[in-house]
Amino acid sequence: MADPSAPSDPFPEESLAGRQIALIDLLDRLLNGGAVLTGDVVLSIADVDLVHINLRAVIRSITPDGPAPW
Amino acid sequence: MTSHLQGAASPGQPRRLSTEQRESDHSWSSYVYAIGRAGTDLDAIAPRLTGLRDGRVRTVAADGLAALVSSVPAGAFSAEGMKAQLENLTELEQIARTHHTVVEAAHTGATVLPMRLATVYLDDARVRAMLRERGAEFDALLSRLEGHAELGVKVYADPRAAAADPPPAAEGPDRAAPPVSPGRAYLQQRRAQRQTQRDAYRAAGALADEVRGRATGLARDRVTHRPQQGELAAGAGENIANEAYLVPVDRLREFHRALAGLADGLPGVRIEVTGPWAPYSFATPPAESRSA
Repeated sequence: MADPSAPSDPFPEESLAGRQIALIDLLDRLLNGGAVLTGDVVLSIADVDLVHINLRAVIRSITPDGPAPW
Repeated sequence: MTSHLQGAASPGQPRRLSTEQRESDHSWSSYVYAIGRAGTDLDAIAPRLTGLRDGRVRTVAADGLAALVSSVPAGAFSAEGMKAQLENLTELEQIARTHHTVVEAAHTGATVLPMRLATVYLDDARVRAMLRERGAEFDALLSRLEGHAELGVKVYADPRAAAADPPPAAEGPDRAAPPVSPGRAYLQQRRAQRQTQRDAYRAAGALADEVRGRATGLARDRVTHRPQQGELAAGAGENIANEAYLVPVDRLREFHRALAGLADGLPGVRIEVTGPWAPYSFATPPAESRSA
């Protein structure tokens, strides 16, 4: 963790406050984690997985050699 | 209110509806952010939060549990609509950050089970039915998560950083050294590069093992995420370990201290701790939570 400014207190309690959370860290949690509910969900579990897989494929395939498809 | 007829709202026409109207209107769905115990601080937190599409966040309660919910347009949050939204990175980011803001606010004031992105029900009655149906499971998960937060730990190998800070012996081969043919110099340079690279990866792998050892002793649980790759993985170097730990809140500091400085003196190796997060990676029953 980059926190060179406060050696006496290297890990302030609000370490996420005041700075933008990396989208990829967020997506790791919101797409891989979180409670998965089935049943009356409008978006079925299969759809979620499909979206998830497509999305991961897109995210992982974007490289300097292969620009974003949108 | 008589606007239940399909087509009552022409697409694209902005509508201003009260929360009550949204709840009973079938052109709106109920988006669920997180679940906690009813009668806790969630009731106080919810009215202060703004959800997706600027919707007001409310609690929907049943059987001692409460879901944090906001109304979203049914069309845009149908299976089709949602897919279209999530495939657009800008919209995905907007949804993810809004979802997170609500979960985060709830997590700071209460024990909550964060939902996966895009958990949508037809209406609040369905949300209540879901709470009743899976109440026992949610209850057990909430008990397990109480007093805990999630910390992310990532280890990176960055051979370029290592090459930029080479050991003295590898420095300035052209200083006073005997002349070397360009071809030979090139090969020497390549070999040094490969060596630096191998060293960085080896050191990063060893560090990841050490981190795992130290962290596991302080954490209640661990989940391994896939190493981050691609355009969104903005950090320098290659992510070789990406893990989440469920840590008691009174040990967060200790956890950080246990990992502090571990990468010092290791050129080309970096460790990054994120959080504390709401326990996203631990919101599924333990048997299912080992994703990768």
